[in-house]
Amino acid sequence: MSISKRIVDDFVANDVSFITTVPCKQLAGVIDEVEARPEIFHIPANKEDEGMGLCAGAFMGGKRPAIIMQNTAIGVTINTLATLTQFYRMPLPMLISYRGELREPVACQVEMAVHTKALLAQLNIPTYHFHWQKDVEEFDNILKYTFMCNKPVAILTDANFWGGYGDQ
Amino acid sequence: MIRSEILRDIAPILRDHLVVCNIGLPSQELHMIDDQPTNFYMLGTMGLSSSIGLGLALAQPKTVISIDGDGSVLTNLGTLPTIANNLADNYILLIIDNGSYGSTGDQPTYAGKKTSLTAVAKACGCENVVEVQDKDCGPALQAAIDSKKMTVIVCKCDSGNIKLPVITMDPVVIRHRFMQAVAS
Repeated sequence: MSISKRIVDDFVANDVSFITTVPCKQLAGVIDEVEARPEIFHIPANKEDEGMGLCAGAFMGGKRPAIIMQNTAIGVTINTLATLTQFYRMPLPMLISYRGELREPVACQVEMAVHTKALLAQLNIPTYHFHWQKDVEEFDNILKYTFMCNKPVAILTDANFWGGYGDQ
Repeated sequence: MIRSEILRDIAPILRDHLVVCNIGLPSQELHMIDDQPTNFYMLGTMGLSSSIGLGLALAQPKTVISIDGDGSVLTNLGTLPTIANNLADNYILLIIDNGSYGSTGDQPTYAGKKTSLTAVAKACGCENVVEVQDKDCGPALQAAIDSKKMTVIVCKCDSGNIKLPVITMDPVVIRHRFMQAVAS
């Protein structure tokens, strides 16, 4: 089973039915899988804070939401995470492409990678880092944990987890 | 008319529907004029009223009205293509366009200069975009509700604020009360 299919199976098994995405090369497979599933309403967002607003609305409408985005988005969404998702105590699984980690070919990506975990820690956001493919086995438990505690939770998935960039 | 006068005017229409209200003075005014469990007051996060309302409309069948301002829509301009491309016929975006950032001291916005949010919304693909003057807001809102078509209303009005207190209700209480109203 592909890693993308496994992840989306876990979303569906946990009744996540509203997913917003802002693309990243590493996330292309999982976004395709989200789009393909009839159980999930997929709504691409133009910016990640917009996506978090959509998720907040969907949650209040009775759906379990999730956002799929790149770690650079942490720089975009700190205010939204603090004053919307956390302030109103809403659950939000954030499946995050962790660019700028091992096997990263683009130097600029490292500049946000070095701040990513520190920013998430400063926000008291529970954070998990998937480096090996077997780490995906935690995903189901992380989703259950997120909807148990009504918090945003970050799942950082690096290039090694996704299988690297081939010859780049 | 200024925004608070429009809200007072349309409050009898709003009270029967789910309302997501913009940060700052708009929420404070609506809270003072006609507090309802069906009102979701934004206490922070400028720009996301339209996004929260769209997410809510897509997730359940009741009519949702997002009350936004011209400054807030300019902050989150990417919302208009998302609204246009994800049709929710139970969704109305009401932009109260007074050409200024009211909550911060009435600094002018670009919507009060060369930029037409009506034209922007149309260019983004929104199919039902109505521009009205302040006194016509109520009939336009009622017509949009009755049409059961996703509608963007741009209501042009004067800038100006009234003195009123901040909302002291806890955000989790606002959210919980609202979710109970959504589910009822």
